[in-house]
Amino acid sequence: MTQEVTNQKADGAVQMAPERLLQVEDLVKHFPITKGIFFRKEIAAVQAVSGISFHIDRGETLGIVGESGCGKSTTARCVLRLLKATSGKLLYRGESAGDASERAEVIDIAKADKHQMRRLRRDMQIVFQDPYASLNPRMTVASIIAEPMLVHNLGDTSDRIDRVKELLKVVGLNPEHTNRYPHEFSGGQRQRIGVARALALNPSFMVLDEPVSALDVSIQAQVLNLMGDLQEEFNLTYLFIAHDLSVVRHVCDRVGVMYLGKMAEVADRDTLYHHPMHPYTHALMSAVPIPDPTVERDRRRIILEGDIPSPINPPPGCRFNTRCPRAEFPRCSEDTPEMKEVEQDHWVACHFPEVQKVV
Amino acid sequence: MSEPLLQVTNLRTFFSTEEGIVRAVDGLSFTIHEGERFGVVGESGSGKSVTALSVMRLIEPPAGEIVTGEILFKGEDLLRLRDDDMRKVRGGQIAMIFQDPMTALNPVYTIGNQLIETIVLHQGVGKSEAHEIALEALDDVHIPNPKVRMGDYPHQLSGGMRQRVMIAMGLSCNPDLLIADEPTTALDVTTQAQILDLMLELTEERNTAVMLITHDLGVVAGFCDNIQVMYAGRLVERGTTGFIFDETLHPYTAGLLGSMTRLDEVREERLYSIRGAPPSLIDPANGCRFRVRCDFAQAVCETDTPLPRELGEGHWAACHFASDLDLVRVKGVPVR
Repeated sequence: MTQEVTNQKADGAVQMAPERLLQVEDLVKHFPITKGIFFRKEIAAVQAVSGISFHIDRGETLGIVGESGCGKSTTARCVLRLLKATSGKLLYRGESAGDASERAEVIDIAKADKHQMRRLRRDMQIVFQDPYASLNPRMTVASIIAEPMLVHNLGDTSDRIDRVKELLKVVGLNPEHTNRYPHEFSGGQRQRIGVARALALNPSFMVLDEPVSALDVSIQAQVLNLMGDLQEEFNLTYLFIAHDLSVVRHVCDRVGVMYLGKMAEVADRDTLYHHPMHPYTHALMSAVPIPDPTVERDRRRIILEGDIPSPINPPPGCRFNTRCPRAEFPRCSEDTPEMKEVEQDHWVACHFPEVQKVV
Repeated sequence: MSEPLLQVTNLRTFFSTEEGIVRAVDGLSFTIHEGERFGVVGESGSGKSVTALSVMRLIEPPAGEIVTGEILFKGEDLLRLRDDDMRKVRGGQIAMIFQDPMTALNPVYTIGNQLIETIVLHQGVGKSEAHEIALEALDDVHIPNPKVRMGDYPHQLSGGMRQRVMIAMGLSCNPDLLIADEPTTALDVTTQAQILDLMLELTEERNTAVMLITHDLGVVAGFCDNIQVMYAGRLVERGTTGFIFDETLHPYTAGLLGSMTRLDEVREERLYSIRGAPPSLIDPANGCRFRVRCDFAQAVCETDTPLPRELGEGHWAACHFASDLDLVRVKGVPVR
């Protein structure tokens, strides 16, 4: 595998810096729309993700924000290969299992074989949005949390029970509750069970797909605090998918904003919130209500016209041109803006980037 | 603000379940004035939606029942109205819009059809006149091309458009009170901003009072004149928007504010989190219902139920220690 990386370098492909955990290059995911029963003809495709690139460094949290249909969850699922990417590279540098001294290898998740995938699956986990749908109601808490260990043949029954108890304690639940069923727990507690399951295999990378969106505010804070503690304790790297920009500001080190299958802007947190440059980022931020009447009164909202276009037939040029208050025609409707580094580590895909103070 | 429009006194709405009686709303009183924008905030299970449904008399026995209380609307007790009189109030003088416009609209009728039906029913006009009013109503909520949209079925519209149709339907009969139950919760933020903007514009124009029910303190901060915070079926705190946010009296309100992430600031430390979860409302024990999660609880909180007290002008709080607590720590210290 190391050799393959060297080969890639020889081919002129991008090198992967040592601190990188994941490097996504030009990820594309289309869902075909077919017609006919026997000869399923592809008549169109939902272009959920259309060529996005980003990276995540070890130990950091990258947030991806956007509205429904922007492709953020599809991106996360491609990274975990729960969906097969249509094209693109998903380079991942996992810990080589068991042996930290050995130089970790870089694997392209999109091309990994069955054997490699099995190893990767131990290293990458996911916590889902809906704690009601993501836990099997017929399984006890112990069997839910122990299942990943069972699948990967780790330990015997008593080891696994010990580990389950330890995990319950780690996520702040009562270790005596191993034989209870999910319905006996509240939403926040269920989300903790989901987190315990994700931690069972000692992963280094976790996708958090809207982990607090279904929870009440007071419970959200509990879970967000827990995720922060766990990251510190186990040196976890997070990919945090969310639609709520204020939650993202609180938990992420760097943030990417997506719109209709494309990345609009990526920057570290403070840069993005202090001087966002993409008009969509401005609109999105200005729409988020702030729980402070004094601030709210003086804010100017950018109200976007109309609805998000269909990803089956996205607008040509910049995807945001149909709703952008700053679009200039024909440039924005013909010429697709590339991601450009406007200042260090601040990437924007816009022909007319401009700092605007929104918060 | 002028005449009281809706006066609810000592409302108790209970539901019977197999496990026992759920006291969903348990002794709630409040007043909404003409043209007022009144926010009701609380987490799931706090009784905010049940309050709205009680006002609309949409609590269906035997499952649920309004046990006691008085709901005066323009001086008339809605609980004593005959069913067909209530039907005229509902949709005519008090309109309601819901969280999920897809389930509130009938999928097998065009939106034009549904709008016209409402207008004919409440305004006693003929079909063709109702058609004109419906077109105007759609135009008012800024739906492009209303003539064409009239023939659309709900599934042909986006979520934001559907909510616009609901607002058009709700306001088509010029109600005095619009009850909006989490109207933007199912929508994306940019759409939420559009809808709130629209509601503000239309209700201000017509001097319609709004009762906005939400779990999002951010939404009420920009929209409401007065806010009522509920917890476990009871009033926790009520006052002007400024009072609630800046001169918070109740530990629960402070806890909610402290546990919210904010777009415009990062907290110095961890978020404040209210420990535990809301209590069961089946046979709740005496005393303050928030006490097990409260950082300031003392012995008296377990024995005596705190009644709402007016501690500032129109600023009510139901806490034994309301004015002597240091809640700044709870609300969190921001780093800007």
